[in-house]
Amino acid sequence: MIVPVLLGLSLLVFAISHLLPGDPVALAAGPQATKTEIAALAHELGTDQPLPVQYWSYLTGLLSGDWGQSVLTRRPVLADLRIYLPATLELVVAAMALAIVIGIPAGLLSAVFVDRWPDYLSRILSLGAISMPRFFLGLLLQLGFAMQLGWLPLNGRYPIIEDPPPFVTGFLSLDALLAGDPDAVWLALTHLALPAIAMSLSPLATITRMMRSATIEVLQQDYVLTERALGLSRWLIIFKYVAKNAMSSSLTVIGLYVGWLLGGSVLVETVFDWPGIGLYATKAIVTQDFMPVMGVTLAIGVVFVLVNLVIDLLYGVLNPKVRLG
Amino acid sequence: MSGARWLNLRRGFYRFRRSWLSMVGLVIVAALVLVALVGPALVPHPEHVAGGINTTARFLTPSASAWFGTNELGQDVFSLTIAGSRVSLLAGISVVVLAAGFGTLVGAVAGYYGGWLDEALMRFTDLMLTLPSLILAMAVAAAMGPGLGNTVFAIALSWWPGFARLVRGEVMAKKADTFVIAARALGAGTPRILGRHILPNIASPIIIKMSLDMGFAILTVASLGFVGIGVKPPTPEWGSLLSTARGYLPDYWWTAIFPGSAIFLAVFGFNLLGDGLRDVLDPRARR
Repeated sequence: MIVPVLLGLSLLVFAISHLLPGDPVALAAGPQATKTEIAALAHELGTDQPLPVQYWSYLTGLLSGDWGQSVLTRRPVLADLRIYLPATLELVVAAMALAIVIGIPAGLLSAVFVDRWPDYLSRILSLGAISMPRFFLGLLLQLGFAMQLGWLPLNGRYPIIEDPPPFVTGFLSLDALLAGDPDAVWLALTHLALPAIAMSLSPLATITRMMRSATIEVLQQDYVLTERALGLSRWLIIFKYVAKNAMSSSLTVIGLYVGWLLGGSVLVETVFDWPGIGLYATKAIVTQDFMPVMGVTLAIGVVFVLVNLVIDLLYGVLNPKVRLG
Repeated sequence: MSGARWLNLRRGFYRFRRSWLSMVGLVIVAALVLVALVGPALVPHPEHVAGGINTTARFLTPSASAWFGTNELGQDVFSLTIAGSRVSLLAGISVVVLAAGFGTLVGAVAGYYGGWLDEALMRFTDLMLTLPSLILAMAVAAAMGPGLGNTVFAIALSWWPGFARLVRGEVMAKKADTFVIAARALGAGTPRILGRHILPNIASPIIIKMSLDMGFAILTVASLGFVGIGVKPPTPEWGSLLSTARGYLPDYWWTAIFPGSAIFLAVFGFNLLGDGLRDVLDPRARR
């Protein structure tokens, strides 16, 4: 599964980046560069080779851990990704955790109280939340909690004047915990809070809606009627039997959202100056520096495929019927 | 139109009216369309919309003379926000129409012919779906240069695969129906079967998806404007207005609040309307 997807993805990304107009090498060489200087740079970077040769060397490089280098900074893409990808992943994981922890109970409650006020409230809130631009919500959060109230830091991932905890997982909050430094944990979490909230809103809304409609469906099943006839209490039925069965459709959404949030992380990262792959890709895109863009796209593809692999396994945990041999 | 179809439509409209959330969506969208059509002609400062500045009136707070205040160039934020509705609506519709058109073509061909052609087209569609769409749109828009047309094209390029998947499924379900076989038996060619017999019968799901996608298309256009790739000033685009205003928070909050709220309102209206339309046109998907 993962190999053909990545093979196709690398070919597609490579093709698109070479179909686009513009001359990245000339851009990287600078406005004063002469034709011979540009040609020399192109030769050095290998961009004067025929396209199939370039793709082949890119592909073999990918497999051996060489993801190319930025034309502009001359830094290897893989080394950059090792710094920026964990930052974005930390944000996405925090956002998804918020969305799941709030969205699943909210959807359950909405379904149990269907067509009564808790249901109306959660439906209107979730429709509003889906329509809210993440970058605008981010600005509003900054305006309220950072600028006016001063409770949380305005932007960034960690104070520049402080030394971050030693790199283990790349998740600052986790690394600080591993280093046993409560102050650092606090610093990391306070910086994480606002961007994670801004990012969590639309998956939260979608999970609530999915959970609501799935629960309504499950509540109409015969076995629920049987359990009630047997005299089981309503909340026991809901939490022990209904929730588990309704959760599998939300799992699909969670899997899709991880990819979507990774690709859309640029919006929240721009607002909060969060040093992740979104900002990294934006800088590269503006300067038409395609190696980093291809690297980011492939990295998102890898994470996406892996997350959905895990989710396929989780289906089996939730529903024994889908366990395969 | 046949009697039965007319009755269905009337029933659908009745259901639509019964849901007040859908009606709210309809009102918002109707107001938005009206504002986009006549607003730019009626704004108090059309010269600001065209790019004119007034440095003596920078950062005026919202008041009776400038409802939404003025920005860092002394431009009337109300005029810019109103004029932005036309840009956003036009861009959103263009994205959805382009994506639906191309996606329908790919999906219909794949679904109708089947075989290796279907396999090849759908593998390609799936690959496009795995690409992070915002990054793709940003890369294409940046390479093509600023401008509304380029932005629309870049977004539509990442938008069509959803339509292709949808249409393929619907065409496959319909192509074995008796009326299609009858048409083929009567000697109708493939374009005629697809265009006259199959596509009109699968219009509902396509229209539903188009209306559900409108809100997100507007949001994506604004997103590109916000990250600074896409529509550039002086074109009054909500996302780029918000991006500029970001630098003047918290003191000059009105330069950000009004364009931002406009994005939210437009997306919210289309999402409500889309949900309502889906309930009307596709009774199976209700609840």
